[in-house]
This record gives sequence, structure tokens and C-alpha cells, in this order.
Amino acid sequence: MNAAAPEASRLTPGEASPPSMQQPVALDVSQCEQFLIHEARLLDEARFDEWLALFTPDAWYWVPVEPGQASPRDTISLMYDDRRLLETRVRRLASPRIYSQEPRSRTSRIVANVTIEQSANDACIVRSKFQLLEYRRETQRIFGGTSLHRLVRGTNGIRIAWKRVDLVNCDAPHEGLLVPF
Amino acid sequence: MTSIAPQEIAALVRPGRVHRRVYTDPAIFDLEMERIFGSAWIYVGHESQVKNPGDFLATRIGPKPLLLVRDAGGELQLLHNQCAHRGSLVVASAAGHTSEFRCCYHGWTYHLDGRLKAAPLLQDYPAHFDPKDPDGGMRRVPRLASYRGFVFGSLAADGPSLPDYLGYMTTSFDDMVDRAPEDELEAAGGVFKHGYKGNWKLYLENLCDAAHPLFTHQSSIDAASQQSDQVHSDGSGEIAIRQMRQNGAPHSFWEANVGIWTYPNGHSFLGDYHDDAKLVTALNDPVFRDYIAAMEAKRGKEQTRKILEVRRWNSNVYPNLSFMSQFGQLRVVHPVAVNETVVHTYCFRLRGAPARMFENAISFANVVNGTGSLVLTDDLEIYNRIGMGLVSAGPEWLEIGRGYQGDSSDEHGGRRGRNSTSEIYIRNMFDAWLGFMAGEDKPARRRAAGAATLAEMTQ
Repeated sequence: MNAAAPEASRLTPGEASPPSMQQPVALDVSQCEQFLIHEARLLDEARFDEWLALFTPDAWYWVPVEPGQASPRDTISLMYDDRRLLETRVRRLASPRIYSQEPRSRTSRIVANVTIEQSANDACIVRSKFQLLEYRRETQRIFGGTSLHRLVRGTNGIRIAWKRVDLVNCDAPHEGLLVPF
Repeated sequence: MTSIAPQEIAALVRPGRVHRRVYTDPAIFDLEMERIFGSAWIYVGHESQVKNPGDFLATRIGPKPLLLVRDAGGELQLLHNQCAHRGSLVVASAAGHTSEFRCCYHGWTYHLDGRLKAAPLLQDYPAHFDPKDPDGGMRRVPRLASYRGFVFGSLAADGPSLPDYLGYMTTSFDDMVDRAPEDELEAAGGVFKHGYKGNWKLYLENLCDAAHPLFTHQSSIDAASQQSDQVHSDGSGEIAIRQMRQNGAPHSFWEANVGIWTYPNGHSFLGDYHDDAKLVTALNDPVFRDYIAAMEAKRGKEQTRKILEVRRWNSNVYPNLSFMSQFGQLRVVHPVAVNETVVHTYCFRLRGAPARMFENAISFANVVNGTGSLVLTDDLEIYNRIGMGLVSAGPEWLEIGRGYQGDSSDEHGGRRGRNSTSEIYIRNMFDAWLGFMAGEDKPARRRAAGAATLAEMTQ
């Protein structure tokens, strides 16, 4: 799993969530799946602010450009956002001047094959597959691949500490990528 | 072979204007591939990508697939990626290491310099077939040359030497390499490939365009301006956001502080742009301090100061290369069809610089050249919209005249715009275009570089 993380220390379970008096409870696969379906729905419905609110205050979001890419630091990425840039990305998506979203994309996602890869206390790393249709200006694009989420259970429910999305065609020539995966 | 009369081509470019047909006519595109990409020096790769004998890199000139190879003797070779037997692509990998090239169809093998090594069933060929015929291997591109590690090929056997073709633009390559404490660059960190449905010329025409960011990039300028700096960043987002805010500089900034220079053969650069204190890392930043220390240790204080005070932004080498030294970025524009283009972008590591410097280059690449960047996506939208708009029945003549009256000569044989919002660099590219495309007077045209349109204007 280290390959998924820019910094190994980020994998420390519970780091991003406030200490709880209660005994932490592990997430089960059904809870994780429900969460991922909810996340996909927020993205499909362009509720990007609510999507952003799913992330922890020091989260990162990563779409590598190479298959099996080890790091976002010494290699470029289709998207690599720390929390600050992720906020800026989401704010821009709401801008009336975002010409690359005029007209807006419409998307439809299917999330499946959910497995828990690692679990400790109140956090786990979840692997899932997705297929995404994006329609914009008379063209439909298909994306697909594997997502890894590190999910943590905090006082406000489940949050994303980091998310990595490996597109099957990450190294292909693409037109602009606007809507988050 | 396409044939359009030279007068017809020359009539497509007027002082300060260009006919939209140059972006939409497939016959013009074919002619560009033949006359521009078929003769100019075209960037094909960096020496660090083929460091050792046996290393190869798939590359191209226009639509032609090529291999850049380091042969057994350590020499660079540029080969057409085509088997001499039945015409198959010999190498299908993007890059790799090998002792020979072997076609998967009938097993013909080739030396790393392209000579035929062996062909099975050789005894069954007729007498006219000579396996020693130098033209019977993987054919070499007629000319190959490099400048400080940047490798160019030309499909024409004759023409100006690479240093003559680049002219004063060699100083932009110098600026890039000199910034490496150990005087060497290394292509690293992956390749962005982005596509758009528009003409290849639009890309370079945008890269020195200082007047568009305020409009085209308004969404990212606004989003970055409103971003709180108190929110967690691992450093990468900070660089991205600073760059997006910088795009919001008012036109008065571009007019007062930034310059544009153009040179023969269609080349140009934006100068006096961001200084290191504003953008890369503040001069008191520990990473930049370490970098300066490494530079001074290798090159001395005075030389280091001279190198770092060069503040060029994008340097464009006609017809399809653009690079910038501060963050070691390089983009190559690949024409696919008259209305289809793919651009590959690369990063360079400065040998001898702190590792963190390269991480900053990566962060910068993601925001400026990234396929999912908050900035580039709006540029791609513009290229697509021009592709769509030009087939309308709107004005046939497109304006490239901004700053026309302010063009003046510079001391290195080029011409500079009055300020960076001038479209002089587009006019300069069309002068080169005319030189390549319009036939007999092309050497004169190429030498003129900017002077041609000015001269016509005063007639």
C-alpha cells in the first residue's frame, strides 16, 4: 500500500480524526460500499461542495499519469491536489467563467468490486472499481479504473483521508479532464 | 503530392492578418507536413533519454514515426521506424534498451545504426537485392544534430545548420542548461499528452500570448485568489495557487514589465517575466538557498548571479517546440490532422540541484501543463473553440496585428514588440511559414523574419 501514499506517515490510522473517548469501530465492507456510492452520486449530481466536505482537513486526492506510479512528488500527475488545491479545484468548478465546462459535463458512474485491503481501528483502505461515462458537447468519453480510498471514521461520520484513482488509460492522450473521478 | 501555387499561398498572409484557411484546409496541412516538417529542424528528444548504447526512444517528425537511438559506438542515430522488407513498424515500444532491432513479421534484424544485420531466407531473393545496400536498412533521417543535449532532426538533406537555424535562440537553451549546477539536464518525471480538435499552429500562438490569461483563465484566477492560505498544503498546492494568482496580473503589468522578442525562422520568447523571488520560491526559501549554494560552489558567485538574472518565460522554437527554464518545462506539438493535434510535455531535472527543486517543477507542470490542470483545460477549450469557430461563415481574415506599429529591431538580429501584449511573435511565425511554404523566395523570407510584414505595410 505504500505505493499509494506520498508520505508513509499519512497512513497512520486515525491521524486525521479527533481522538474519541469511545472504542474505535472498524468499518465493514457494506458501510464502505454505501459511502462510495454516496460519493459517486455527489459527483454525478455536481454537488462538488458536498463532495469536498467528505475529505479530512489534510486530505489529498491523486490521479497518477503512469500505471503503478510510485509517487506524486517526482512524477507528474493528471491531478494531484493537497487540501488547499482541492478546495481551489472545487471552487473553480462552480465558477460561471469556467469555459471548459461550458457546456457542463454530465457524468454517470458505477462503483463495484469493493474490498477492504487494510483495516486498523477506525480506518481502512478500500479498493473499488469504477466506470464513468462523461458526456459533453456531442461527445461521450468512457473512463474506468481502480480507486483506493483511505476512509476514517470520525465524530462526523466517514471521511476520506486520501483517494487515489488509477485510470486504465492514464498515459493516453486526453482532452481536458475537468470533472473529478 | 499537393500542389498550391506559391502566389495562392502568399496571398493567405497579409500585414497583420492571416486567412482562416491556413487553419482549416487539409491541402494546406499536407503541404505544411511536406515543406515545414519535411525540412525544418524538428526537436526529437533529449540526450538523457538515450543515455547508453542500445537505448532507444520512439519519436516523430510530423506524422512520421522515428527512433532516436544511441548506437553501439555511442553515436546518436535517427531512424525511420519501418522495416525495409514489408514496411511494418519495427519497434512498437515507446522506449527501451536493445542490442538490435528485429521485425516481428519475418525476422529481419537491424544494427542500432539502422544497417541490415540479417534477413532469413536470404538466398531466395533475386540478384538485384543487396543486403549491404545502405538504403536497404532502417533508413536514417538525413540530418541529426544536438545543441547542449537537445536533439533535432531534419528530413531535408540540405539546409541551414542547427546553430544557424536556432540563431539567438541558443541562448534560451543555454539559460535552461546553465541553471543546472552540474551543467546537465535529465528528462524525468513522466509525459503529459493532451489532445485537442484544432490546428497545430494554435498552440505556439498561445504560448507567448500575454493578453489572454485575464479572460481565458478567469475561473482559476478567481478560485485561487479566494483560496485561504491557512488551509493545509504539502507545498505542491501552494506553488499551483501562486501561479494561478500570477495569471491575474492586470494588462498594465504585461505592458510595463514584460517584453517579447522574436528572431528569424519563427522563434520568439517572452522575457523579464516572473522573477525567482515572486514565483519559484522566495529567495530566503531554504530550498532555493541550497540551490544557490550548489550553483555558487560549481560556478562561482558572479556567474551564478548572471545565470539567475535571465528571466525568460516561454521560448518558442518554430515550428513546434516551446520550453521554459525556470521550472524545466518543455512541450512538443505534434500535428495529427488539420483539425487535430497532440501535445507532449516533459520536465527536466537539474543535475546537482536539491531534490526539492524538481518536486517544485513537478507541481508547476501539474498546474500549467497538466491534462487535468485548472489552467491548461481552459486553453484546450480555446483551441477546440477556434477549431469549431473557423468553419463558420464569419470573417475570413483573422487579426494578428496587435502592437503592429510598435515593432522595433533588437541588437541580436531580431525584432521586439513594444510590450508583451504585442502579437509580433505570431506575425513572425507567419513570416517563417511563408518562407517555408511559398517556394522560391524562401531563404530571403526566412532571413526577413518580421521585417517582411513591416515592409509590406509601408508600401
